[in-house]
Amino acid sequence: MKLGYFPGCSLQGSAGEFDESLQAIAPALGLELIEIPDWSCCGASAAHNLNRLLALALPARTLALAERAGFREVLVPCSACYSRLILTRHELEQDEGLRRQVSEIIGMEYQGTARVLNILEVMGQIFQDGLKGKITKPFEHPVACYYGCLLVRPPKVVQFDRPEDPRTMDELMKKIGAEPIDWVFKVECCGAGFSISRTDLVAKLSSKILADAQRRGAEAIIVACPMCHANLDMRQEKAEKWAGKKYSMPVLYLTQAIGLALGLPEKKLALHQHLVPVSFPVKAKPAAKAKAETASQPAGQSEE
Amino acid sequence: MLSQARPGSKGRPLADRLREFTGESAAKCYQCGKCSAGCPLAAEMDFPPSQILRMLQLGFPTLEAKAIASLSIWLCLTCETCLARCPQEVDLPKIMEFLREESLREKKFHPQAKEIIAFHRAFLDSVQAAGRLYEIGLIADYKARSRHLFQDVLVAPKLFWRGKLKLFPHLIKDRSNISRIFSKTLGKKEPSG
Repeated sequence: MKLGYFPGCSLQGSAGEFDESLQAIAPALGLELIEIPDWSCCGASAAHNLNRLLALALPARTLALAERAGFREVLVPCSACYSRLILTRHELEQDEGLRRQVSEIIGMEYQGTARVLNILEVMGQIFQDGLKGKITKPFEHPVACYYGCLLVRPPKVVQFDRPEDPRTMDELMKKIGAEPIDWVFKVECCGAGFSISRTDLVAKLSSKILADAQRRGAEAIIVACPMCHANLDMRQEKAEKWAGKKYSMPVLYLTQAIGLALGLPEKKLALHQHLVPVSFPVKAKPAAKAKAETASQPAGQSEE
Repeated sequence: MLSQARPGSKGRPLADRLREFTGESAAKCYQCGKCSAGCPLAAEMDFPPSQILRMLQLGFPTLEAKAIASLSIWLCLTCETCLARCPQEVDLPKIMEFLREESLREKKFHPQAKEIIAFHRAFLDSVQAAGRLYEIGLIADYKARSRHLFQDVLVAPKLFWRGKLKLFPHLIKDRSNISRIFSKTLGKKEPSG
């Protein structure tokens, strides 16, 4: 599979391990990623908090560059970037006047020919074609699959999985040997862009997520978003302080978990970059298996 | 037209302008309260999301002014939970976006929103200069703007030694294109704060 690649700013900075682990697993998955030339920041929550046109123009610039380079499909692993790009594409598709206005602002014709794909979509497709022989070290841990907000919402725009109880990541985790737990915080917000400006609120929201994952026996939380990772890993200490208890919950990007199952060395997957050490309790195997069987419940349980 | 300049906007009901600029209407809301029930930060807000909508529905200038000066519009994380669950499909995140722009335009933002706005401005400054986000620059700029100089002094070195904070910014080639985008959207009208 050959795709245009928009890493986004986080993956070149504080979420470097997401990029590193994706690049590390790509060859084994037959995935070829070609970076969009001269891509720029999507504007993130800052742009759409302050100016709606800017929030459309920045993603449109990158999409127009992708079109120019001939990409029909662009992988956007960061779910915040993904959201900005797919929302921009949606809005400009709905409103021809706006499309023209934004094209004028960016000084390039934006056409809307490049599709925007998230990491779960791409991984889901690759795993559907089968990877069985390549899983050399099954990732045998109970995990909490945390999708966050932007991969599944707004449903009409992303048109991906179920908005309340998505399954794509759970299915992926099963395929690498993990046991996804049933829990209720799959799509709850972690506090996202408030990581620096309102750390107090992030601590509170993240704490609820960490507590539920811990209570239901997860040994790790699997994420697909740099902001989710920052708020659950980097801010875990603050969350622990807020709640007055220890979580010590490793938070892995799904690409890191897949990499471990593919037998790649930890260093190549940049596990050492996390603030919460990635280590798992030693346990008797049969007990974990029994738990996995009882944990499979019918779909839709997490809705109130 | 969606530009930041809104000639003749004074004296017209906010709901009309809302419809014009976002295509959304607060009138669709029948006050079921699902948005407030699901909002992760409703408890922190001065008015829960459904109440903000009610303020727009009634069309009283005093209530509209309250909505614009509320903390709620700045606490909205755009997590899109409200929209995903709204039986009437009211695009509340987009309405919040509109209200924030109104709040900045009228320079009537809630005092407790200062840090949040400072962060967004610092973020955009960094993008405007380099075309991509420069995290160390962002943190420095935010600290200067918010005067929270000692926040995160313990966590920052940990990030640095783990290679999570890059010393130098990534500069894109066509930075003049980014300048053009910023001047054509934010222009010089960006209120200082």
